[in-house]
Amino acid sequence: MRAQGGWVAPRIATEFPGLGISWAEVDCRPGKSPEPVRRRLRDLSDRFYGGHAIHMRERPIPWAYRVFFRQIGLEPDGTPTPVERLALERLHDGAFKSHGLPADALSIAIAETGVALRAFDADQLQGPLCIRDSAPGESLAGQPHDLPQGTLVIADERSPVGLLFGADAEGKAVDRETRRIAIVSVQVNGVPQMSVDEALWMVATALEST
Amino acid sequence: MAVLLERDAFSPLRTGGDERLARDELRRQIARLERELAGLFTEAFPRLALDTSVPAAAPGPRVADLGELERVRDALAGRIAEARAVLADRAELESRNREALARMLADPAAHKWERISRDDLGEPGCGHWHSRPRLGLLGMLMGWWRVKVSSGCPL
Repeated sequence: MRAQGGWVAPRIATEFPGLGISWAEVDCRPGKSPEPVRRRLRDLSDRFYGGHAIHMRERPIPWAYRVFFRQIGLEPDGTPTPVERLALERLHDGAFKSHGLPADALSIAIAETGVALRAFDADQLQGPLCIRDSAPGESLAGQPHDLPQGTLVIADERSPVGLLFGADAEGKAVDRETRRIAIVSVQVNGVPQMSVDEALWMVATALEST
Repeated sequence: MAVLLERDAFSPLRTGGDERLARDELRRQIARLERELAGLFTEAFPRLALDTSVPAAAPGPRVADLGELERVRDALAGRIAEARAVLADRAELESRNREALARMLADPAAHKWERISRDDLGEPGCGHWHSRPRLGLLGMLMGWWRVKVSSGCPL
């Protein structure tokens, strides 16, 4: 696995020091998770209780994402951070349910490290990824309206591929036709690079094991 | 990318140095308040479920302006004040309940049928202290009152 660093638009980087994006590409077809991945998900369920979910927001990495959500205008209790969303699902379902690959691999890495991860169809991306604000008249593919100017997005060289911590653009998400997956991490101030590297490595090894 | 860099060069956010410093300061305050609120939230668990939500500053992710950041900061400060008040009220109630339990233990007959649960004292578990007569009806007629301690549910 080789992680690549993306870029952050200069004025966004000035506003949010520590914000970063990196990704790794893995040859993998989406589908049912192999037994080792499902077993790891079950082990994770056995180690994760309500108390963890409650105390999670005091831990440095989940706290860093909560703070960043507040700072970019999102409400983390209404739009949970990735790790908190996972914790809520665990409490609601009674376990980390298997949703196949790459979702299970992402769940394992997010729950273990707290780092925000998502996946795109790597063959639908062009050039390096970045975090930037949307330009006037720009829209997210598949959405009927233009994005409000200044919306923070993850973009490739052509167009936005997803909202930062939001919906994917149409055609960019992993689907049955995907043959190569881009695992993308969004790092915010307070999240160590080592945790980001570990998260990407965990997903990549789980996907490569198929 | 060149277009983006050019757009950035003329951005008002970039030129307004003082305003950017103010936004930085507000973001620092938001981070500090979020930590404080998280501490109160965990301190209250499992006795109380504190509401830590504040209205979203924007419909989507964006660089919040000064006014939006101020609203988030003020809302968080408001939530913290509410949480502290709720926790203080609760602590006072638990303190009163502890005193009532001490009185009940000292003189069960003066507190006939009174019942105080572990939850009333802010303690984990579902046990309770109950002032009731020894030997049922006979004890009630004879005034043989005692405080019976329930260990709570088996699990």
